[in-house]
Amino acid sequence: MTSLISIQHVSLNLGHVQALSDVSLRIDVGEHVALIGANGSGKSTLLRVLNGLHPVTEGSLHLATCRQGMLFQRPHMLRMSSWGNVTLGLWLDRSLGLSWQQAKVRALDALSAVGLSGVRLQNAATLSGGQQQRLALARAWAKEPELLFLDEPTASLDPPAKREIEALVQRMMAPKDNANPMTLIFASHNLGQVKRWASRVIYIEQGRILADLPTADFFNAECLKQHSHQAYLFLQGETS
Amino acid sequence: MAVQLISHFDPGLWAIAGRSLGVSASATMIGCTLGIALGAYLGVAKFRGRSTLLTLLNTFLALPSVVVGLVIYLLLSRTGPLGFLGWLFSFKAMVLAQVVLVIPVAAALSRQVVEDAELSHGEQWRSLGAGHGMRCVLLAWNERFALLTVVVACFGRAISEVGAVMMVGGNIEGFTRVMTTAIALETSKGDLPLALALGMVLLAIVGCLNMMLSLFRHWQDRYQESKPNSLRGWVA
Repeated sequence: MTSLISIQHVSLNLGHVQALSDVSLRIDVGEHVALIGANGSGKSTLLRVLNGLHPVTEGSLHLATCRQGMLFQRPHMLRMSSWGNVTLGLWLDRSLGLSWQQAKVRALDALSAVGLSGVRLQNAATLSGGQQQRLALARAWAKEPELLFLDEPTASLDPPAKREIEALVQRMMAPKDNANPMTLIFASHNLGQVKRWASRVIYIEQGRILADLPTADFFNAECLKQHSHQAYLFLQGETS
Repeated sequence: MAVQLISHFDPGLWAIAGRSLGVSASATMIGCTLGIALGAYLGVAKFRGRSTLLTLLNTFLALPSVVVGLVIYLLLSRTGPLGFLGWLFSFKAMVLAQVVLVIPVAAALSRQVVEDAELSHGEQWRSLGAGHGMRCVLLAWNERFALLTVVVACFGRAISEVGAVMMVGGNIEGFTRVMTTAIALETSKGDLPLALALGMVLLAIVGCLNMMLSLFRHWQDRYQESKPNSLRGWVA
């Protein structure tokens, strides 16, 4: 497999907090990687390091050139139309090299794909949380990303909206003709979602990777116990 | 008497009010353009010496208008470095003085607004590929209603100051006399009705402006809740 991202001995200090400690990791093209751990364990920070949003000051990061998209827990939309928000997201990515007109056409396709073409002229800031998350997904979708980062994308949504987002992400992940499979890296508290989406699970505690296993092995209690007792205890706590 | 002067459209009074509005509106427009641009940049950019610059900027918030008047006077006086412009005791000199007063207010207040937006959402726009300059523009534009309040505050600062315009304008009747300098002069002369009338007009202008702002915000809130975006033309 071709390596898409690799980090070596990355440590990150955010103020008085050691957010990451000596983290090394390699992610290959087409992998679906879940980052799990308790609140404040460093999973969101690791996601940002992998995305290049947090500069690496200690250790090294290698990120292959590819189209990227990122979805945050609470997406921010400008006070302009939904269509405008998606168009702007495309136009800002200079690697796509799209003119405003070209971006508009592609944005409309993405809005249709997530079922929001009906509200394309509505002020995005007035949409519901679920619709805003779908809009953020359209913004990522329009880029046809080879690498997608999701930071707890359904954590603040109600169950129906959660199901909609999950279905859309599944559609995005589906293999396409003549294209590299999409690589997905996501942070989540939702173990059901991890089982449905991930091919590999990374457990983080206090900024350290304590377990890095294929999903089937991670959810196999005996196997997990052998690899990391802390991860096993975490899983027991989450599933009990 | 004061009310009569207003209701009978006393030409002297309305000329002074018009000049005041002209000077302060021009100064607010220029000062806010520069100040908001500076504030937006400071709200987004991180560089060495930024905190020192912010302390300096916050200090300038309390800049006494007479000090500004004195400095502008020295700059524009015949022997000063800008004396060749011949602006002293003119409309332009008063605008310049008020611009200097307005810039720190606009920059400091807009910096806070944009920095708050950057802390909350800047990361998302960075992930979409927006650099410093683009985030300044996007976040300032997104916070335009908050920045409108900043503009009104700046106008209030400009139209109500007296020291700077008195020094660089000279309070020349029919030429550089504005409401605040006229109020000071008429009070010292004992012509209280005219001073009072001017005071009432000044208060009415600021009051109207605030009322328009709250009406606009109220309308905007309701419009956003119920209707598609007014800026649909931007992409449609």
